Amino acid sequence: MKIVTICGAGIGSSGILKVNAERVLKKLDIEATVTAVDLASLAETARDAQVILTSAEFVEAIGKTFADVIVIENYFDTQELTEKLAAALG
Amino acid sequence: MPVPPLPAEAIELGAVASDWRDSVRIAGAALVRSGAATPAYSEEMIRMIEEHGPYVVIAPGLALAHARPGPAVLADGLAIVTLADPVSFGHPHNDPVRVVLALAVAVGGDHLGAVASLANVFNDSDAIDALASATTIEAVQHIMGVA
Repeated sequence: MKIVTICGAGIGSSGILKVNAERVLKKLDIEATVTAVDLASLAETARDAQVILTSAEFVEAIGKTFADVIVIENYFDTQELTEKLAAALG
Repeated sequence: MPVPPLPAEAIELGAVASDWRDSVRIAGAALVRSGAATPAYSEEMIRMIEEHGPYVVIAPGLALAHARPGPAVLADGLAIVTLADPVSFGHPHNDPVRVVLALAVAVGGDHLGAVASLANVFNDSDAIDALASATTIEAVQHIMGVA
């Protein structure tokens, strides 16, 4: 399972999303690698990703993809992350 | 790994910002005071938001402004600004913003420990309220786990 988190710079928000997604996945007992990238590196990194985690602003820029694109509103709400990841992966 | 350096100079409480750009500039100026960035970094953070939208408002009331590593970053650093009056970034769910964090990262790829520590602080859903209502620099540093 490969999951990619995306933000504009690939350092701040996508990093937080990566850390919290890893925590949630561990709790859900799902094995996955989570990579934080910026929008510019997306095409290459996300080619074989199953899930893309991001915020609403980036959905259009992500464009066509085979991955499930999950929009996260509160990056620190692990409950929201848990529900959305469980729904996408379950 | 601890949160990035957060000296007293990088904290400003009850700042008056006329709009979101102003709030990001105030946070950028705090990074300049603490020696983490040059003034150009403020404009880079604003440009990120202009380019990609208000995604930096990553939780209700909290903006995490940042740009890429580059010449405008002098050292890893964090700045925290609480606003006297909240400002709107145009985010569909998390406006208005009461606390602006500015993050400067000197070397890309080297920052995940620091970001993880931010997640540790803010996964406590009371942390944003506590920061917004903090009245002393020491209280902010305590909430952030650096004092």
